[in-house]
Amino acid sequence: MGIRFILMVNKQGQTRLAQYYEWLTLEERRALEGEIVRKCLARTEQQCSFVEHRNYKIVYRRYASLFFLVGVDNDENELAILEFIHLLVETMDRHFGNVCELDIMFHLEKAHFMLEEMVMNGCIVETSKSNILSPIQLMDKTS
Amino acid sequence: MNPFSSGTRLRDMIRAIRACKTAAEERAVVRKECAAIRAAINDNDQDYRHRNLAKLMFIHMLGYPTHFGQMECLKSIASAGFPEKRIGYLGLMLLLDERQEVLMLVTNSLKQDLNHTNQYIVGLALCALGNICSAEMARDLAPEVERLLQFRDPNIRKKAALCSVRIIKKVPDLAENFINPTAALLKEKHHGVLITGIQLCTDLCKVSTEALEFFRKRCLEGLVKTLRDIVNSPYAPEYDIAGITDPFLHIRLLRLLRVLGHGDSDASDCMNDILAQVATKTESNKNAGNAILYECVETIMSIEDNGGLRVLAINILGRFLSNRDNNIRYVALNMLMKAITVDAQAVQRHRATILECVKDSDASIRKRALELVYLLVNENNVKPLTKELTEYLEVSDQEFKEDLTAKICSIVEKFSPEKIWYIDQMLKVLSEAGNFVKDEVWHALVVVISNASDLHGYTVRALYRALQASAEQESLVRVAVWCIGEYGDMLVNNVGMLNIEEPITVTESDAVDVVETAIKSHSLDLTTKAMAMIALLKLSSRFPSCSESIKDIVVHHKGSLVLELQQRSIEFNSIIAKHQNIRSALVERMPVLDEATFSGRRAGSLPANVSSSSGGSLNLPNGVAKPAAAPLVDLLDLSSDDAPAPSSSGGDFLQDLLGVDLSPASVPSGMSQAPKAGTDNNIIPIATLDGLSSPPSVPVRTTSAGGAASMVDLLDGFVSNSPKPEDNGPAYPSVVAFESSSLRLTFNFSKPPGTPQTTLVEATFTNLSPNVYTDFIFQAAVPKFLQLHLDPASSNTLPASGNGSVTQTLRVINSQHGKKALVMRMRIAYKVNNKDVLEEGQINNFPRDL
Repeated sequence: MGIRFILMVNKQGQTRLAQYYEWLTLEERRALEGEIVRKCLARTEQQCSFVEHRNYKIVYRRYASLFFLVGVDNDENELAILEFIHLLVETMDRHFGNVCELDIMFHLEKAHFMLEEMVMNGCIVETSKSNILSPIQLMDKTS
Repeated sequence: MNPFSSGTRLRDMIRAIRACKTAAEERAVVRKECAAIRAAINDNDQDYRHRNLAKLMFIHMLGYPTHFGQMECLKSIASAGFPEKRIGYLGLMLLLDERQEVLMLVTNSLKQDLNHTNQYIVGLALCALGNICSAEMARDLAPEVERLLQFRDPNIRKKAALCSVRIIKKVPDLAENFINPTAALLKEKHHGVLITGIQLCTDLCKVSTEALEFFRKRCLEGLVKTLRDIVNSPYAPEYDIAGITDPFLHIRLLRLLRVLGHGDSDASDCMNDILAQVATKTESNKNAGNAILYECVETIMSIEDNGGLRVLAINILGRFLSNRDNNIRYVALNMLMKAITVDAQAVQRHRATILECVKDSDASIRKRALELVYLLVNENNVKPLTKELTEYLEVSDQEFKEDLTAKICSIVEKFSPEKIWYIDQMLKVLSEAGNFVKDEVWHALVVVISNASDLHGYTVRALYRALQASAEQESLVRVAVWCIGEYGDMLVNNVGMLNIEEPITVTESDAVDVVETAIKSHSLDLTTKAMAMIALLKLSSRFPSCSESIKDIVVHHKGSLVLELQQRSIEFNSIIAKHQNIRSALVERMPVLDEATFSGRRAGSLPANVSSSSGGSLNLPNGVAKPAAAPLVDLLDLSSDDAPAPSSSGGDFLQDLLGVDLSPASVPSGMSQAPKAGTDNNIIPIATLDGLSSPPSVPVRTTSAGGAASMVDLLDGFVSNSPKPEDNGPAYPSVVAFESSSLRLTFNFSKPPGTPQTTLVEATFTNLSPNVYTDFIFQAAVPKFLQLHLDPASSNTLPASGNGSVTQTLRVINSQHGKKALVMRMRIAYKVNNKDVLEEGQINNFPRDL
């Protein structure tokens, strides 16, 4: 699957998690995050969840104060990515219990481990929440 | 444990960063933390390595450089424990900057971990490899990954499958090794293995036709059955989304079927039934169901034709298009773009709905719809569609106008049934959104107008009216001013009236006023004003009664602070005042512009077409020094050629006309060829002067020797220029030959008298960093036509922060002096804190003539 990056951004536009599956320099990342956050956060609830940016698309979804933005190739199924974002949020909810911005900030590693179990190299690895979370719970138990 | 190296806890650092009110405060906190982490790294502090890496990840996410943490990741990966490895691999994936050295170092650790007895560690290594693997690593580690595709635990197999995807993308030659193991994965039941196996299969088909054939023959039936099982599977709580079992797996399967069915009718037949079932049975009231339908439609459109299925697919798109949910409408528009090649008629039926979407409040939908409408236009519907679009242009958002304008212009040019319609539509667009119209578009319009001789009167009157209504649209003003200059008499006398237009009364002075307004306007740019100036000159001949008032306007601008306008006013004033006899011949009606030549040029120059009409970037003589054969096209060449080679041929008519040398630095002082007396026997329409319009900085250098007096007259005030200073060791500007964040290299040039081929270059190196550079060595290489001799440098130590510099003299002998400019490659090596640093570059910015 062509996921290029996954961003979590708060209402103020501050990045809270960033995972890139293609390599960009730090400057490029900052510029890209600035541009797409500005574009997406300016849109209203009624407008569609897809924004075309340069040569790819952003699929985004808002949960309370947190925006989930996923950059995908143009031939990707936008609706499926929307569903994937929801799956990601549900998975985090199951682990953190109603996940919020602070959970992700203070447990950045864990959020990344979860993401790692779900997406690898831009492709979906696993869609079962218990399969995703079992290695993380195992680690929690042992530590 | 050293109490001073421990620093703050991760949590405290995050709190401190969150508490920052300004970016500067945040930077200060981050700087402090980074310093502490660097110190810890230097002390090889193992107790806090985990915490430091976690901090670095956070700092990296905020967008600060963290490259110094990469080696810590490697150390962490090399340690024995799982938690250390875990954070190490995560850090590696996040902080890595594609430096080959680091990747090489990690390959060994990865190899060990892929063979580890603990399957979780194997999983970590696979995940990292899947995300960062390079081509070399792929070759080294492919056997391990291949083996892991058959590992007992499915959680390892699924990761190995995605790792293989990366490997075959990096090294397609390895694809054949993966074909058989992949076929085995497709038979599995575990969803994770299936979805990743299908992904691997899809990518294998993309890189290898052999694989494609294999899977088509051996696995297609199995895949169709898998899809059927999933579609009909009973409720599976673990994978259920809105009543559908694992929509992600559905979608991956449909996507693979699309690859297998494309271009193969047997394979397509094989999947018809299941596609029909998915298309008809999937619930469309939830997003997950719609995602599947969307994918299914795309598969139906891509595989070989089956009439019934296509109807089904088009109907689904029709339903999507009328959905109230914007997401669904967006994907419908997206898919209709693809459907148009398959069944244009079916898409045409939705034209009205699509046209409504162009006016949607949502920019994403508008953009999709506009692209689609553009594809829908043909000879039959161009008129109503253009009408709708131009009407919408009046009310659309500013940011959408650019796209919309470009599309309308393109449609009008491509499908215009007759010239008058084309001109009408273009005038509408120019009036509404002239500022968004690209230069080549209005250039094309001028060519068309020029060719439509029966419409000259109609067009100039229409433009005059349009100008009254919207005088702020740059390209409208340009076209109008040009036409009024050319066809002003038709405007005033209502020549060539068509039945459809109402006569207007325009006096000669009205026409002049309009042009004068353009020159005086503050919102219009220089090119427009320059064009207006030329129009005035033309009008002074067309309207003898206004000649005096035009002369006043021109005289008024002789004091203009803009060089281009000043120069033109002076020249034109001279023509009006002193050269009555040639004026009318100079500004005769232009011959018809050659459409074929223009479109040919346009096609040729399109890719490089950077508009410089904004007056911002000013090129050198654009189209000025073109041969006289194409004077008309030059009019349109205001800004399209990027870097025309200035021709220095003395016979060029334009140089003759102006008596000046336009080619910079090519003719030594004391020009030998006396200009031919151009004006007397060589009557050229003034259009050639138009070629001057865009470059206000044409380097005008009058020559006192040999300039025919009558020519110099034209330039009035410019005659008194002293000849160029004689050549007594010409001074060359010094250049910054190389500059990085840490180092600057400046060149000063001199020539020993009497040896034009030799150049002495004094190189000065300045250290911009706060560290001293030791063992400083500068090396240079030159192409064969040059000889280079390096004298010893003044020192091999370069003091920090620009406190002093190193100089070195280079002697360069240019055997092609006067033909080729100097060029040099250089390499600078030095040590900072005992670390080797190498900087390289090419120096191309030598002054010419060295």
